[in-house]
Amino acid sequence: MIRPANIPRLLLTPAILTTVVTLGVCLVVLLVLSFGRQNYLDIELGLSAHNFELALTKPLILKLMGKSALIATGVTALSLILAYPIAYLIAFDIHKNKLLWLILFTLPCWISYLLRILSWKLILGYQGVVNSSLMGLGLVDQPIDALLYNSNSVVIALTHAWAPFAILPIYVSLEKIDRALMKASGDLGDPPYRTFLRVVLPLSLPGVSAAFVLIFIPTFGDYVTPHLLGGPTGFMVGNFIAMQFGASNNWPLGAAVALVSMLTATLLVCLFIAGSKRAVRAIG
Amino acid sequence: MRTVRKLYAAVYFFVLYLPILLLIVFSFNDSVYIAFPLKSFTLKWYEAAIQNAQLLSAFSNSLIIATVTSVTATSVGLLGAMATTRYHFRGKTLASGALFAPLALPTVVTGVALLSIFMMTGIGLSIGTVILGHVMICTPFAYGVMVSRFDGLSPDYERASMDLGEPPIRTFLRVTLPLAMPGVVSSLLLTFTISFDEFILAFFLSSNSPTLPVFMWSQMRFPDRLPLVLALATVVIVVSSVLIIVSQLLRRRRDR
Repeated sequence: MIRPANIPRLLLTPAILTTVVTLGVCLVVLLVLSFGRQNYLDIELGLSAHNFELALTKPLILKLMGKSALIATGVTALSLILAYPIAYLIAFDIHKNKLLWLILFTLPCWISYLLRILSWKLILGYQGVVNSSLMGLGLVDQPIDALLYNSNSVVIALTHAWAPFAILPIYVSLEKIDRALMKASGDLGDPPYRTFLRVVLPLSLPGVSAAFVLIFIPTFGDYVTPHLLGGPTGFMVGNFIAMQFGASNNWPLGAAVALVSMLTATLLVCLFIAGSKRAVRAIG
Repeated sequence: MRTVRKLYAAVYFFVLYLPILLLIVFSFNDSVYIAFPLKSFTLKWYEAAIQNAQLLSAFSNSLIIATVTSVTATSVGLLGAMATTRYHFRGKTLASGALFAPLALPTVVTGVALLSIFMMTGIGLSIGTVILGHVMICTPFAYGVMVSRFDGLSPDYERASMDLGEPPIRTFLRVTLPLAMPGVVSSLLLTFTISFDEFILAFFLSSNSPTLPVFMWSQMRFPDRLPLVLALATVVIVVSSVLIIVSQLLRRRRDR
């Protein structure tokens, strides 16, 4: 006989199994693997800290980690800044067909991310849409090759891919704000920009933080965009990890770098969120 | 100020859809080169796509994976959401937060970790291993959709059914499930699309049974295959868009 008190736990078990437990097993396996050593095709499990030593000291890995952090920070900051006014518009200015506009603005983020990255390859490429148009119009004689295969193209494509993801959480937190608070701030003599800085912005921080996590994490670990658009200078740490499990065939090192970069990304997210809270408090 | 915002929104909207629109336009262009000016209109890339045996097998793999994934993730999410919205118990906040944990991991890390698990346990890569990965990343979305559905529903109907003597299973089938139906359909459509379009996990876990995105990825290396990829992309984009719009409309509908 099932005790009533156990019903919610029973209902939750499958969801916990497919998320938390699977995730836990993933991390344990990576941890076990990362202390081992690749011996040609075999992996010798052991307790060597060698891979972590490499992950934390090898200049190439550190450089890639730094570049991933830089690109992820840039993309996330750009996405948040670009998306905020849209979320604001939908929350406060649009009254008719709100839902429809919300869906239209966020629809592209659910459509195949691979295809959205591909479209930028077509646009920015050597014989791509931009170059062929410029040449067709007679504005340039030769294709501009600076458009593709560098960090800029990675930032452009990823910002385009993730920016709408930021709209949804920011919109939700703006929608929850009690309009009376905004009115009170105005009635007490605050000009609109101060109402925004002291009332709206602080109250929308939970949404901004959520958007930050949603964008920063996948950008930090991305390897598809750098592979298709980054060229030799746009390589990121995700590419390094993927390579260790593929052509370079050094799974333990790949596992160690995956763990270190995961921790780094999580740490940076926490730092940024704590920092933004302080900054907003200082402005207010 | 409002006009400035609206103007900005118009530009944002245009830039948001421009790349996708270009993919679609070039899929009808009679040239292997993806460049302006456009040549004449053609459907030959679509014909070529339909006749490609590899493509069709990748398509059927994706279809199977997305169907099983969406049904599994939605069932799991539905039960989980019932637990956290209909009952009070210790550790509830922690549990409902923890279900979103897979989203806090870069997909490439999840991919190589799952690959390592399968390698170390000797489980061969197949459609099944992709499904396992997809269920993991789709469950948080399914759970989120179901929670927002249940939050808008009063538990009184279920209570009334129980008070009138219906056993829990029948209450679930005759009261809870019909009430939750818009959420269930919304979650099915959303998770189906996420799984169907997912590339990174499928890339690591599919091996000899590539999904559609993995097939497209393999074709992108050959410039002369690009138009075929674009034709395929157009179909995927149109179908995904319809599924997502319906899913979102159902999710946020406030009825009864």
